[in-house]
Amino acid sequence: MDDVATLLRDASRDGQAVIPSGGGTKLDWGRPPRRADLVLSTARLDRVLEHAWADMTATVEAGCTVARLQHSLAEHGQRLACDPLWPERATIGGILATNDNGTLRARFGGLRDLIIGVTLVLADGTVAKSGGKVVKNVAGYDLPKLATGSFGTLAMITQAVFRLHPLPHETRTLTFAATRLEPLCELALAIQGSQLAFVSLQVRADGAAEPALDVRFEGTRAGLDSQQDELLRLAANLTRVDPPAAVWRIREELWQGTEPAVTGTFSVLPTELQALCAQLDEVGTAPALGWRVVAQGVGVGHFRLEGATSDALVAALQRLRAAAERRGGTLVVLVGPEDLKARLDVWGSPGDALPLFQRVKQQLDPQGTLSPGRFVGGL
Amino acid sequence: MMDPRILDRFRAIVGSDGLLTEPEQLRTYECDGLTNFRVLPSAVVLPTTTEQVQATVRVCHEAHIPFVARGSGTGLSGGALPIEHGIVISLARMVRILEVDIPNARVVVEPGVLNLSVTEAVAPAYFYAPDPSSQQVCSIGGNVAENSGGAHCLKYGFTTTHVLGLEVVLPDGSLVHLGGTTLDRPGYDLCGVFVGSEGTLGIATKVILRVVRRPALIQTLLAAFNSTNEAGAAVSGIIAAGVLPAAIEMMDNLAIQAAEAAVHANYPDCGGLLLVELDGPAAEVAALMTQVRAMCTSCGAWEIRVAQSEEERAAVWKGRKAAFAAMGRISPNYIVQDGVIPRTALPEVMSEIERLSREAGLRVANVFHAGDGNLHPLVLYDVRIAGQERRAERLAFSILELCVKAGGSITGEHGVGEEKKAFMPVMFAEPDLDTMQRVRCAFDPERLSNPTKVFPRPRLCAEKPGPYQPHPLEAAGIAQLF
Repeated sequence: MDDVATLLRDASRDGQAVIPSGGGTKLDWGRPPRRADLVLSTARLDRVLEHAWADMTATVEAGCTVARLQHSLAEHGQRLACDPLWPERATIGGILATNDNGTLRARFGGLRDLIIGVTLVLADGTVAKSGGKVVKNVAGYDLPKLATGSFGTLAMITQAVFRLHPLPHETRTLTFAATRLEPLCELALAIQGSQLAFVSLQVRADGAAEPALDVRFEGTRAGLDSQQDELLRLAANLTRVDPPAAVWRIREELWQGTEPAVTGTFSVLPTELQALCAQLDEVGTAPALGWRVVAQGVGVGHFRLEGATSDALVAALQRLRAAAERRGGTLVVLVGPEDLKARLDVWGSPGDALPLFQRVKQQLDPQGTLSPGRFVGGL
Repeated sequence: MMDPRILDRFRAIVGSDGLLTEPEQLRTYECDGLTNFRVLPSAVVLPTTTEQVQATVRVCHEAHIPFVARGSGTGLSGGALPIEHGIVISLARMVRILEVDIPNARVVVEPGVLNLSVTEAVAPAYFYAPDPSSQQVCSIGGNVAENSGGAHCLKYGFTTTHVLGLEVVLPDGSLVHLGGTTLDRPGYDLCGVFVGSEGTLGIATKVILRVVRRPALIQTLLAAFNSTNEAGAAVSGIIAAGVLPAAIEMMDNLAIQAAEAAVHANYPDCGGLLLVELDGPAAEVAALMTQVRAMCTSCGAWEIRVAQSEEERAAVWKGRKAAFAAMGRISPNYIVQDGVIPRTALPEVMSEIERLSREAGLRVANVFHAGDGNLHPLVLYDVRIAGQERRAERLAFSILELCVKAGGSITGEHGVGEEKKAFMPVMFAEPDLDTMQRVRCAFDPERLSNPTKVFPRPRLCAEKPGPYQPHPLEAAGIAQLF
């Protein structure tokens, strides 16, 4: 940690730009930084410092991979209740910086709800802690939340403390297919409006194969059986099929395929999910683009668009973003060709809070040392 | 006395009936739920719209008058304590529920709306999960300021878990929207920073809340133990078995006696009482309740009751929710504390509290949110006996020190406010506090919004924080680095 502080202070003094990096799985998300002189890797900050299993908390260094943390927590039957992308390579610091929430969010909340403490190193070398080691704590500002999703532009995350959850007794996934997406989106809403205690809920579609809906439950055998019965009643007019392999990691496939392509994320209200997917189908049909989507019931989805040219992709993205924004939602391009990212604001409108974002950045990183230009509005 | 020209400006904004200046009117606002701190404000402004809040704050900004936003005034840390020569902006007249969107489980309210009114607006199928004991009278705006908890946050999370977006009047009078109805809006999570900032970053004028589907079955188990240590062992056992109850509450004998005297809760007379609430699908609750019951029995519970109906549950909770107020039945005065400890430290912290209590010659009643280690020691004293109040304050603070030493926090849900700001350095180092205050400078560089709270010492912000400067050394082709 002292090394990080010294490095950052020196870089800041010398006017260099520093890019914090974990497993490097999401370094290409967002805008390319305006400048990058030094990549500061957390690879050697990889220890699980404490697993207070009886208190259900863990303190971990930023460079520890998600899989390694989970493996270590499982020794006492616990877990960080979150299933981000590429857990074997993605690090704790990386998933926090990019706010990469998985499907378990439906039940356990996002990373912002799981992180209870953080150690940050600011660009000037200040080492600051916020939060603590207890789940319930309102002393001081909630900087763990500020760091979560800040894309390495405010501070280097070196340690995090999380609240943990028990590993489930048993898990069960049910998958339903239909010829159209509509009844599946309706089922997704019905499930969310029911008293079923699901932990994950996603719909999948790609314009070619039959769309599907996956729902996952955790609990005791008796509890799972009765929930399954109730779900089957709700889904009486749909076909139950076997879930595909690694169904809850299937969104990782959206980063593979033919190029040029973009992979992005959108967020809309749960009731608007169907309309947004319909829009995706529409922009994907004329001109012919390949499209795939994996969207969670809460309204957050990942999509991939593949096309012949960047022009076609830009046009499609603009229409899609307009559709999301019309519904009060947002659309962000995560990965795409360089020229596309130069022509399209990958983040979309930051709204009226941008000046405040800028003042926060100015206070914590006045020299613009950390990942300059990578985030919303050129932050 | 405030400049009459300034008062005229406030009057022009909110009308005569929206401005209080008479000392007897101001008296109502001189303290919040923590009554041992009192300051008379220069005026109280009662806006009814966001525009009126903005205009009021603009006047404050121009004239450099500090302001304190206030909801229902039920806070327990002096967060809404007025500032001398400052004004109080009461949000008590902004009480509209603006939108109820059941299919998306969203509700949009003005800050003066009461906590329980949100649940009433979405009942019976949904409820608003954060449930501070004051939920019948406390406001959502106050909950946002304090990041209020409650018994059920063990499973459902705190206010911050349920606030998706905010409309905020910044201390210069400008309006910003943080977060929104949809999740993951691009940008810094300043909604998350604002919640729990105790009125120091501005005034929330609109709050987008998430409400929760009511579970199929709720059961509350009440178990009587000989000691809080036995009850604590049961809590650890339940958690270790992988059960996450909706709530786990514990009371010691003194707290039980008070609750009996106040509301006749019909609790067993025991050394440690445990309330465990499970909710979820019926079959799941039934299976887990069997485990919880067995765990309680094996830890020495000699009486176990399970409340099934809504009425039985209400009766069980009544004593717990009334616990603070009930202290009035057994002691003329009391101090409520709000420390947090890692759950496993409970036995040693309890015996240490007992020792401190004996040493001080004062009784301490204990009410805990046992599942998350949030202690509410109630230090009982009599202000008429010379020196007791000071001894009680010292004892209360020693208990907080104890909590920090055990790896915990000085406040779990009541906030730092005026009361505990001097204790912040016990928990945080100077660079930690300084970093938080840098964030504050981004919101409130002139230190007008509840300026004297939370932090022991103010940080001087630059007179005007400069606009963000793009790095001057722009270079092409950077992306190749990746």
